[in-house]
Amino acid sequence: MAEPPLSTISGWGRQSALGRELVGEDLEKLSLRASLSRGLGRSYGDSSLPADDQRTVLNTRFADRILHFDQETGAIRAESGLALSELNRLLMPRGYFTPVSPGTSFVTLGGLVAADVHGKNQHRDGNFGDHVTALKMRVGDGSIIECSPEEHPDLFFATVGGMGLTGHILEVEFALRRIPSEWVWQENRRIHDIDEFQDALEEAASEWPYSMGWIDCLARGKNMGRGILMTGDWAEPEHAPPTPPKPGFRPSLRFDFPSWALNGLTIRAFNELYYRKQWRHESSGIVSYASFTYPLDAIRSWNRMYGRRGFTQYQCVLPREAGRSSARRVLEVLTARGGASFLCVIKDFGRESCGLLSFPRPGITLALDIAVRDDTQALVDALNEQVLREGGRIYLAKDSFTRREHFEAMEGKRLDEFKAVRDRWDPERRFQSAQSVRLLGD
Amino acid sequence: MRVAFLGATKGMGRALARLMAERGDSICLLGRNPEDLERSAADLGVYGNGPAVPCVPCDLENPESFTTAIESSSEALGGLDAVVVSAGVFAPQEELEADPELVERLLRVDFTNTVLFCEAAKKALLAEAAGTLCVFSSVAGERGRKPVIIYGAAKAGLTRYLEGLDHKHNGDGLRVVTVKPGFVKTSMTAGLQPPPFAGEPEGVARQVLRAIDRGTPVVYTPSIWRLIMAVIRALPRAVMRRVGF
Ligand SMILES: Cc1cc2nc3c(=O)[nH]c(=O)nc-3n(C[C@H](O)[C@H](O)[C@H](O)COP(=O)(O)OP(=O)(O)OC[C@H]3O[C@@H](n4cnc5c(N)ncnc54)[C@H](O)[C@@H]3O)c2cc1C
Ligand SMILES: NC(=O)c1ccc[n+]([C@@H]2O[C@H](COP(=O)([O-])OP(=O)(O)OC[C@H]3O[C@@H](n4cnc5c(N)ncnc54)[C@H](OP(=O)(O)O)[C@@H]3O)[C@@H](O)[C@H]2O)c1
Repeated sequence: MAEPPLSTISGWGRQSALGRELVGEDLEKLSLRASLSRGLGRSYGDSSLPADDQRTVLNTRFADRILHFDQETGAIRAESGLALSELNRLLMPRGYFTPVSPGTSFVTLGGLVAADVHGKNQHRDGNFGDHVTALKMRVGDGSIIECSPEEHPDLFFATVGGMGLTGHILEVEFALRRIPSEWVWQENRRIHDIDEFQDALEEAASEWPYSMGWIDCLARGKNMGRGILMTGDWAEPEHAPPTPPKPGFRPSLRFDFPSWALNGLTIRAFNELYYRKQWRHESSGIVSYASFTYPLDAIRSWNRMYGRRGFTQYQCVLPREAGRSSARRVLEVLTARGGASFLCVIKDFGRESCGLLSFPRPGITLALDIAVRDDTQALVDALNEQVLREGGRIYLAKDSFTRREHFEAMEGKRLDEFKAVRDRWDPERRFQSAQSVRLLGD
Repeated sequence: MRVAFLGATKGMGRALARLMAERGDSICLLGRNPEDLERSAADLGVYGNGPAVPCVPCDLENPESFTTAIESSSEALGGLDAVVVSAGVFAPQEELEADPELVERLLRVDFTNTVLFCEAAKKALLAEAAGTLCVFSSVAGERGRKPVIIYGAAKAGLTRYLEGLDHKHNGDGLRVVTVKPGFVKTSMTAGLQPPPFAGEPEGVARQVLRAIDRGTPVVYTPSIWRLIMAVIRALPRAVMRRVGF
C-alpha cells in the first residue's frame, strides 16, 4: 500500500503539523504503520498531531462498526472510530445515552477514552473511563491485546486519559445509560460573582445530575465571575413533548473570520448580551438534549471564527483544598493581563479519576477560550504559575502552550508512574505525539 | 426488501447497507473475508434492531463463487428483491502503468468479473419476476481522462453493459440502477486531494436508496456531478489533451 501523502494535520484550535495521515476501515492492519491514532480532531491543541513530519498518524473515523449491543443492559462494544453523534442518533430513540458526554458530539470512542472525557455530570458519574469495561489495543511490541480493569490493569489505567501514548485503541466496550426521554428539564440561574458561583455549583451537585456554568469573563471588580448556572435532568416521558427532538439545520462557517473580528469590543458585546438574555433571575423549561448538551454543535466549523491563527482553550482544575476563592485568583491573572476570553466555562468536579494521567479531580474547573495572539504564551505561563500555586493541573486535550517544566511540576508522581507503564509497554516509544514531544520529552 | 449486497463492508456500501437495515430491509452480506463480514453483520444487526444478518462468502476475483453465493443468499432471505454491487477496486494511473499485473487484476475485478457477477444476479432476479440490480460504476467511465485511463475504461465498459441490460430486460421486470459517483470521501480515495464538490458516503447512500426505490436508471452522486460531467463530455479533444483532469 502506498504511503499517504504529506499533509497538514490540525487540531480543533487550528494548530497544525506536517505529517502523514492514514485513514481506513481496517485498524488492525493500518495500526502497524502508525505511531499515533486520532479521531475527529476535536482536541484543541497538539495531542492528536504527529511528533514530526516523518510520522504517520492513523485516523480512525472510518472504523465505526458496532460489534455488540445489548438492548437489555446497554452494554456496547464498537470500533474506536465510532462517533458519539452517530451513537446518539441511533440509540437514543431506543432509550440509551452515553454515560458521559463532552460538550460536542463530534468525538470518537477512542478520543473519549484517550482523554478520559468528563461532562456536566462529572460530580456524580465521573469520567468516560469509569464506564469502560474493556479495550482492544495494538501495543508497542506489535501485538493485539485485550485490557480491562482486571486484565493488564496497568495498561488499561494508563490508556484511560493517556492521550494515545500507550498504543492504538481498536475497540471500546462500555456501558450505556438508560434515559427516560430525549428531553431535558433545564434550569438557569443568574450568578453575581465568582465566589457565589463556587458555592452554587457545590449546592447544585447534590440536587442535579447535570450542571455547569458560563462566566462573563470581562466583568471586573465586584462583578468578576458573574454568569449563568445551568442545571438539568432528563425529563420523564409524561413531562416531555410526545415526539423526539428534530435534528436541526447546521449551518457551517465556510471562511475564516479576519483576526480583528474577535476583539475586546465584540467579546464584550457578546458576553453582555448573553448575560442580559438571562434577564430573569431564574428560568426553566424543557429543551432537547442536543441544545442542552451540545449548544456549540449547532454551527459546524465554528472554530473558523478565530481566524487563521486559531485559538487555544486553557482548562485547569483547582483542587478543593485550594479553597473557595481559588477560581477568583485564577481569573484575576487573566483580567490583570487584559486577556479576553470569548467563552468561559466553570464546573465542579466531585470524583477522582481512575486513569493514571486523567485530568479531573475533586475541585473546580475553569475552561477559557483564548484567541492566539503574540502574548498567548506569556498568558498561559502566568496562568500555569497560578494553577501551580493552587496545587492544580491542566487538561492535555485542550493544551498547546504549557511548558514542560510546568507540566512536570503539576503532575509530579503521576507522571513517573505513567512513564513506568510506558517503559513496560513501549520502551522504544513507538507511540508519540507532538504533545508528548513537547511535554514528556519524547 | 430482501437484498443481497456485495461490498457492504466499507465505504459507500457500508453507508447504504446501514440505511437499508435501519428501515427494516433484510440484507445478506456477500464478501471475501468471512471474519470481517461477521463484524459488518453485527453492525447491521444493531442498525436493524432485528434478526441476525446472514453472510455468504463471495470473492470478485473468483467467478466460480458467484452463482452459489447468489443462490445461498436467496435461500437465506427466502427470495431476493434486489442485488447491490458496490464492490470494486481502484488504483492511480501511475501505479497501474508501472505494474501490468495490477492492470490485469483491476480490469478483471472491475469489469469482467463484475459483469459475470451481474449475469448471475440477473438470472436470479428474472426468476423472481421483478427485482432491482443496483451497481456502482463511476463518472470515470464518462470520458477518457489522463488520471483514470484504465480504471475509467473498466467503468465505461461496465456502464455500457448495465445500459444494455436495462434496454433488454426492463420489460421483464428487471430494474437496473447504475450509480455513477463523483469523488466521494472513502478509504478508496484517501490520500487523493479531494476536489470541490466531493461527497460523503452517507449522502450518497441516501440518494442511491431513493433511486433504488424509484427505479431511477442512472444516478450521478452527489448530483452536481451530472452537471460537471456534462461539461467534461462537451470539452473538445484539443482541450482534453491539455488539461490535467
Ligand atoms: C466544542 C468542544 C467541547 C468539548 N467539551 C469537552 C468536555 O465537556 N469535556 C471534555 O472532557 N472534553 C471536551 N472536549 C474535548 C474532546 O472531548 C476531547 O478532546 C476528545 O478527546 C476529542 O475526541 P476526538 O475523537 O476528536 O479525538 P482527537 O482529538 O482526534 O484525539 C484526542 C486524543 O485522543 C487520542 N486518540 C484518539 N483516538 C484514539 C485511539 N483510537 N487510540 C488511541 N488514542 C486515540 C489522540 O491520540 C489524542 O491524544 C470538547 C471539545 C470541543 C471541540
Ligand atoms: N470513492 C469514490 O470516489 C468513487 C468514485 C467513483 C466510483 N466509485 C466506485 O464505487 C464503488 C464503492 O466505492 P467505495 O469508495 O465505497 O469503495 P471502498 O470503500 O474501497 O469499498 C470497496 C468495497 O469493495 C469490496 N471489494 C473489493 N474487492 C473485492 C473482492 N475481490 N471481492 C469482494 N469484495 C471486494 C471491499 O470489500 P473488503 O472489505 O473485503 O475489502 C469493500 O467492501 C466502487 O465500485 C468504486 O469503484 C467510487
